[in-house]
Amino acid sequence: MPAAAKTGNEAMAEAMRQINPDVVAAYPITPATEIVMIFAQFAADGLVGTEYIPVESEHSAMSACVGAAAAGARVMTGTSSQGLALMYEILPIATALRLPIIMCEVNRALSGPINIHCDHSDTMAARDFGWIQIFSENAQEAYDNTLQAVRISEHSKVKLPSMVTTDGFIISHCMERVEMLGDKEVQDFIGEKKAEVSLLDVTKPVTIGALDLQDYYFEHRRQMAEAMKNVAPVILEVAEEYSKLTGRKYDLIEEYKLADAEIAIVALGSTCGTAKVVIDELREKGIKAGMLKIRVFRPFPAERIAAVLNKIPAIAVMDRSDSLNTQGGPVYTETCAALYNHPKRPKMINYIYGLGGRDVTLDDLRSVFSDLQSIDKKPLFNYLGVRD
Amino acid sequence: MSEEKKPGWKELPEGDVLEAGTAAKFNVAGWRSEKPVWSKDNCIQCMICWIVCPDSSVKVVDGKMTGFDYDHCKGCGICSHECPTKADKRAIVMEQEKK
Repeated sequence: MPAAAKTGNEAMAEAMRQINPDVVAAYPITPATEIVMIFAQFAADGLVGTEYIPVESEHSAMSACVGAAAAGARVMTGTSSQGLALMYEILPIATALRLPIIMCEVNRALSGPINIHCDHSDTMAARDFGWIQIFSENAQEAYDNTLQAVRISEHSKVKLPSMVTTDGFIISHCMERVEMLGDKEVQDFIGEKKAEVSLLDVTKPVTIGALDLQDYYFEHRRQMAEAMKNVAPVILEVAEEYSKLTGRKYDLIEEYKLADAEIAIVALGSTCGTAKVVIDELREKGIKAGMLKIRVFRPFPAERIAAVLNKIPAIAVMDRSDSLNTQGGPVYTETCAALYNHPKRPKMINYIYGLGGRDVTLDDLRSVFSDLQSIDKKPLFNYLGVRD
Repeated sequence: MSEEKKPGWKELPEGDVLEAGTAAKFNVAGWRSEKPVWSKDNCIQCMICWIVCPDSSVKVVDGKMTGFDYDHCKGCGICSHECPTKADKRAIVMEQEKK
């Protein structure tokens, strides 16, 4: 399998090139600009057959994606932070119309104060729009997740849009070794998109997205909930097939030295790489540390999380965004909820960390594991790496 | 009258997709307060009303204006406003809807 040095953005742009979507509509925004900029070059050079639409805003980008997907096209876009926020109005419409749009999304702090660096506040704010959300730890995962997202979203039991995320600058702009499939292998893996209805089919005219009031809206929302329930088994099925092609295995979650762990953290994205280094170091000292990485945040793999975390006495849930709700970040509240009905509930505390790109060092994570060794002395809600 | 049986979420087509053009089957003019009334004798068949009507409610047969589709006309009055016939020979006048 050919390997190349790629940034996260380059890896995602390459994945897009190999997917060769029918339509890409996008607007540039740091740190996701390069994804669509590189892709626009591919389109201009004739390396893809994509209709590339340079729109005037992200609101228009997502609107164009919805229109193109409703016409039956395979559609992709890329954005970040304020760009994602400008799409918020259209995101749940893509879900409701059951359009499997794929978004390469780079996690970046939401304004304000204005900031261009990584945290998860943009993606987390979009967590209840019915989009599948897959977090990547590095450029390789960004590439792999993007390819798999096409299959997951377009599955007949799913038909929901996906956002595949990387962490702003940490993954998007750092160069790593990325193993890529061949173009034909990707095409064989994703297959041809089969649209059940198309706005362009004049022999079968349809109305898409009509007014849906008290008598039908609820039933349509119920269908979306069911579709989201279907996602987890599809992710596993697609991952199984993907692992046969690449040897890289994916799951809803990743357990890192959790089996016998006495202290553990729960995290998403690039921080997981840093945590693995700290865990290895602690293990050498005989400290039984581990990590649960959540790869898929939507749908939230609550049962799987409860099944692995209930055995661990002390857990720190790491949130790279703050809900400002006085009850911890979204990963914490959902992880707590996942365990509430389990007969064995571990002690869990929350750390809000890394906001606005604040660096998360090995020492920061060492301090979290050290706190976990006397968890009863710690408050439930903690801020890691903020100046008092 | 028994209530219409509506499909549950399991039978309903997914994605809010409907047959196209169904508005033609419904009366959607219930809230009209004034209606256009056409006089065949005064009409000069200029087709301006047909051009300006925002609801495709001017019925044309063999290229001739033949009256209004009152199931879809909302009573906006643009046809009457734009009708070029003379004041004493109006082809379209707006009349108050009776309660």
